[in-house]
Amino acid sequence: MTQQAGANVAAIRLEFRNVTRRFQGRGKAEAVTAIESVSLQVRDGEVVSLIGPSGCGKSTLLNLTAGLDRPSVGEVLVDGQPVTGPNAHVAFMLQKDLLLPWRTIRENVEFGLEIRKVPAAERKSTALAMLKACHLEGFPDHYPHQLSGGMRQRAALARTMATDPTVVLMDEPFSALDAQTKMILQKDLAQTLSSMRKTCLFITHDLAEAVALSDRVLVMSHRPGRIIEEIVIEIPGRDNPLIRRESPMMNGYLHRLGELLDLAHAKV
Amino acid sequence: MSDSARLAAIGGLLLGIVFLAVWQWVPGLLGVPPFIIPPASEVWNEFLYMIANERVFFHVGATSLSVIAGFVLGALLGMVVGYALGMSPSAEMVLSPYILALQIAPKVAFAPLFVMWFGFTVYPKILVAVLIVFFPVMVNVLGAVRTIDRDQINLARAFSANRLEVFWKIEIPASMPALFSGLRIAATLAVIGVVVGELVGGNVGLGYLLVYGQGQANTAMVFVVILLLTLIGLVAYLAVAVTEGRVLHYLPKRDFGAR
Ligand SMILES: Nc1ncnc2c1ncn2[C@@H]1O[C@H](COP(=O)(O)OP(=O)(O)OP(=O)(O)O)[C@@H](O)[C@H]1O
Ligand SMILES: [Mg+2]
Repeated sequence: MTQQAGANVAAIRLEFRNVTRRFQGRGKAEAVTAIESVSLQVRDGEVVSLIGPSGCGKSTLLNLTAGLDRPSVGEVLVDGQPVTGPNAHVAFMLQKDLLLPWRTIRENVEFGLEIRKVPAAERKSTALAMLKACHLEGFPDHYPHQLSGGMRQRAALARTMATDPTVVLMDEPFSALDAQTKMILQKDLAQTLSSMRKTCLFITHDLAEAVALSDRVLVMSHRPGRIIEEIVIEIPGRDNPLIRRESPMMNGYLHRLGELLDLAHAKV
Repeated sequence: MSDSARLAAIGGLLLGIVFLAVWQWVPGLLGVPPFIIPPASEVWNEFLYMIANERVFFHVGATSLSVIAGFVLGALLGMVVGYALGMSPSAEMVLSPYILALQIAPKVAFAPLFVMWFGFTVYPKILVAVLIVFFPVMVNVLGAVRTIDRDQINLARAFSANRLEVFWKIEIPASMPALFSGLRIAATLAVIGVVVGELVGGNVGLGYLLVYGQGQANTAMVFVVILLLTLIGLVAYLAVAVTEGRVLHYLPKRDFGAR
């Protein structure tokens, strides 16, 4: 699937075409329009961050991409195919690690492969390779409760990558971690994404994280969420956010994003 | 750890000896007659007598088998209904008032009814046990299935798991801790259900011996039976607890029996 990557114009991996999602009100609650007329494209190998005020529909966007939810209007396409339900091209990672406490770390990483009916031996070798890539070599037989928050999130990343998805979705994956662990995991994620050439949609509230990790940042307005700005990050070296953070250009981007978010809040 | 465990074992043993001594001598010193509280030695002698003359092990066996049957059937039924209702909220909504009513009704009160229906067979006592075991299991399973993290289920769904896979790979294992706390309660309740069934009629089981001892004004026999019933309940509880320890081995270690 990733074979045509060599073509001069990178393929579009993820596309929203004029997508609106309304939630019917329950009982007396009125209907909520979570996102409205959202169009976006993410090209092969790109990392695109999505920022916006709380409740603007970021997670809704993720659910639509994962096929867990359907748009009220418009179309979501992954690899040019309309998303009609959960599919093998997409995997996600949330703030919660969602590791199953009754499975060892290796078994957790194998979870997606197991559902895909991958033979046990192959599952195991893939899982071990993924754990290695995520710096968890020593822990395949541990249970989740025996790991620290940062390690658990690494395991969640390994599980996400194990099914070799075309598009990786991340919803504030590091927001529950302490500042130091967060930086390390950001660096590891950036390296993993670029070495595996994954396409990624990354949701965050952390502006510096968005700038440091992404090729582009999309800014959403207050509910109903629309994309109000696209900022291309031109700091080189996307695979090392630690260095990127030190760039003199960083502050300019942060300032700009801060302004945009204030605007987004003010609009109501 | 092993030091404090040894200390606890010694303490427990000492306490047991003190308890037996108090039981043996204090009621007598206080002028309580043996037909009210027979001393420990008399209860022991009664036990030996019952082995020889009252087929006590036959009755222990009969009661134990009924407890096992009632527990297993009640637990299975509770699991089936619990999982079924947990997976269909609309069915639960329709049934919940009836379930609540049945849950509130004192289950042991059904014993005479079951005897009227099935006569002095094993069925009434097993049925009472089934009924009494059913609820804690069902309620715990239902509660657990309903409170499973939606995101965990969505994770499985996003990997294209079908309904059955979500059930086997998420809902069943996620509900295990709650199921086992239900089973622990159920294990001791099963004994109550069976004994009540036996009290109501028939000539088999420890419940029958209880009534028989009472009829003979044989306090020591009643004491023996109470102790034997306690023992059966304890074994049932420990069997569940040990199984639980095996099944839930992945949970962080906790103090024994603390959950
Ligand atoms: N299943 C649902 N039913 C009804 N309303 C929903 C549902 N899911 C989301 N919403 C509503 O849609 C809006 C957007 O929610 P969403 O979770 O996408 O926001 P978000 O941008 O991810 O917020 P946050 O930054 O706090 O995570 C919210 O107002 C929310 O109440
Ligand atoms: Mg969200």
